Amino acid sequence: MTAHRTAPLAHGDVARHPLGAHGAPGAPGDDAASRPLVAAQGLSVALAGRTVLRGIDFSVSPGEIVTVVGPNGSGKSTLLRALIGAVAPAKGRVVRRAGLRVGYVPQMLRIDATLPLTVSRFLSLPRRRSAAETAEALAAAGLPDLHARQMTELSGGQFQRVLLARALLDRPDLLLLDEPTQGLDQPGSAAFYRRIAAVREETGCAVVMVSHELHVVMSASDRVICLNGHVCCEGAPAHVASAPEYRALFGTGTGGALALYRHEHDHSHDHDHPQSRDPDHDPWDVAARRHPDDPASPTRGQD
Amino acid sequence: MLDDFLVRAALAGVGTALAAAPLGCFVVWRRMAFFGDATAHATLLGVALALALDISIFAGAAALALIVGLTVDRMAGPRLSGDTALGVLSHASLAAGLVAVSFLSGVPVDLSGYLFGDILAVSRTDLAVIWGGAAGVLALIAWRWSALLTATVAEDLAIASGLSPERDRTILTVTLAVAIAVAIKAVGVLLIAALLVIPAAAARAVARTPEGMAGLAIVIGCASALAGLQASLMFDTPAGPSMVCAAAAVFAVSRGAAALREARG
Repeated sequence: MTAHRTAPLAHGDVARHPLGAHGAPGAPGDDAASRPLVAAQGLSVALAGRTVLRGIDFSVSPGEIVTVVGPNGSGKSTLLRALIGAVAPAKGRVVRRAGLRVGYVPQMLRIDATLPLTVSRFLSLPRRRSAAETAEALAAAGLPDLHARQMTELSGGQFQRVLLARALLDRPDLLLLDEPTQGLDQPGSAAFYRRIAAVREETGCAVVMVSHELHVVMSASDRVICLNGHVCCEGAPAHVASAPEYRALFGTGTGGALALYRHEHDHSHDHDHPQSRDPDHDPWDVAARRHPDDPASPTRGQD
Repeated sequence: MLDDFLVRAALAGVGTALAAAPLGCFVVWRRMAFFGDATAHATLLGVALALALDISIFAGAAALALIVGLTVDRMAGPRLSGDTALGVLSHASLAAGLVAVSFLSGVPVDLSGYLFGDILAVSRTDLAVIWGGAAGVLALIAWRWSALLTATVAEDLAIASGLSPERDRTILTVTLAVAIAVAIKAVGVLLIAALLVIPAAAARAVARTPEGMAGLAIVIGCASALAGLQASLMFDTPAGPSMVCAAAAVFAVSRGAAALREARG
């Protein structure tokens, strides 16, 4: 969304959530005793004969935000699809809590140009929703009244928020978001993540978000899972960034690492030196604060 | 009233359009035009088999359309694109149908009637089958409408909502087979796909919602059937192709109007 609308929010958010040490609901530790909403146990998935996921043990507790990162083809989307039951496990199982309500935002949804679809009709798929319900969901997703607009006429950011609004209509216990900021520029991504964090604050739903962009996503996460066919490492954001497995996956130091590369890119114009970065310092905090109000931030299209 | 062959023809045309138009919307949205073509071509083999076995032509045609439809559903995969699978099946089954018809010695077969339709020769029984089939298709589509639409937007969204896109795709294939079988009498196996796709495509230019597009496609389909029939009487042209030409004319006008509107801003 636009910078002038999101910039004040950015500072507010950062102030409310001192990252890395915040007390948001569902922070690791205080929910260890509560039953998970969904759990993958020894989950292996094969697609077209190729093993995509091997021996995944993964669970989501009520109210926590989990970010799943990993390179392309690492099985992130497959993990989400296994959680909603769209792909069957080859081994292991997925256990969902009885009566679990799931809101799902798929990756890169494209509406065929031959399909006329207004926003309000899309929100009523598959069940009819009242105008009041859809208006509330649009507002919760941070959108103005777009009811009569065609889905194909929306901007990338609006489109993703309409998907979010649809996912929120069932008042989900668990929101599953598959690269929800793909195709958004960095201010747009940052704004979207803040909206997700706000939704969690308001509704208490748990969130599992898949991303290949480490720094923006993690600012709101309680826990990060690094996935590459199997779980490489898992922990709080700062922990993952310094774990050797993560470095090995994306490269070490500054040279060509995906997340680190983006980070460098963000800071190149003011001569910030990534090498001098303290590993205990939380770099995503900086990223989330900077992007929305920084007109010099490169957009994804230029990467 | 049904004694008049023209009334029967008009009712057959409208009944066929009623079944074909809303299904055609899904054919367009799901990019299944070639799928519709392949299953339609396959029905000629079904017709030949029905003639040889002396069973109902509708049943033979519907059975073959169903077999081909379900086969394509399962053939398409990582090894063979759906497009190629359809290309093989579409023309192989048409050729096999033509060969099979040539084996039917002793039975006088009006091949062009099956290829291009013979709506002026529709009997009361044909009418009952066409309207019965159309009613069945419309009922199934209306029942699964929302689920099919959700799966058309994204299968994973449908799954996350507790639906089964795979089952709904099979239902769509079944309704398509029935619609194609009842449409043979009106437009013949070569032009059935046109009756599916053209009214829906013409409606797209104007529609704002899926339901609006389906409703408009029905209106355009029925109007084209009647207009084509009228033209066929006036100019002594074949009825089935005339109906498709009428639908194509509506499509051209609708796209032209939409282009003009866009150009004006």
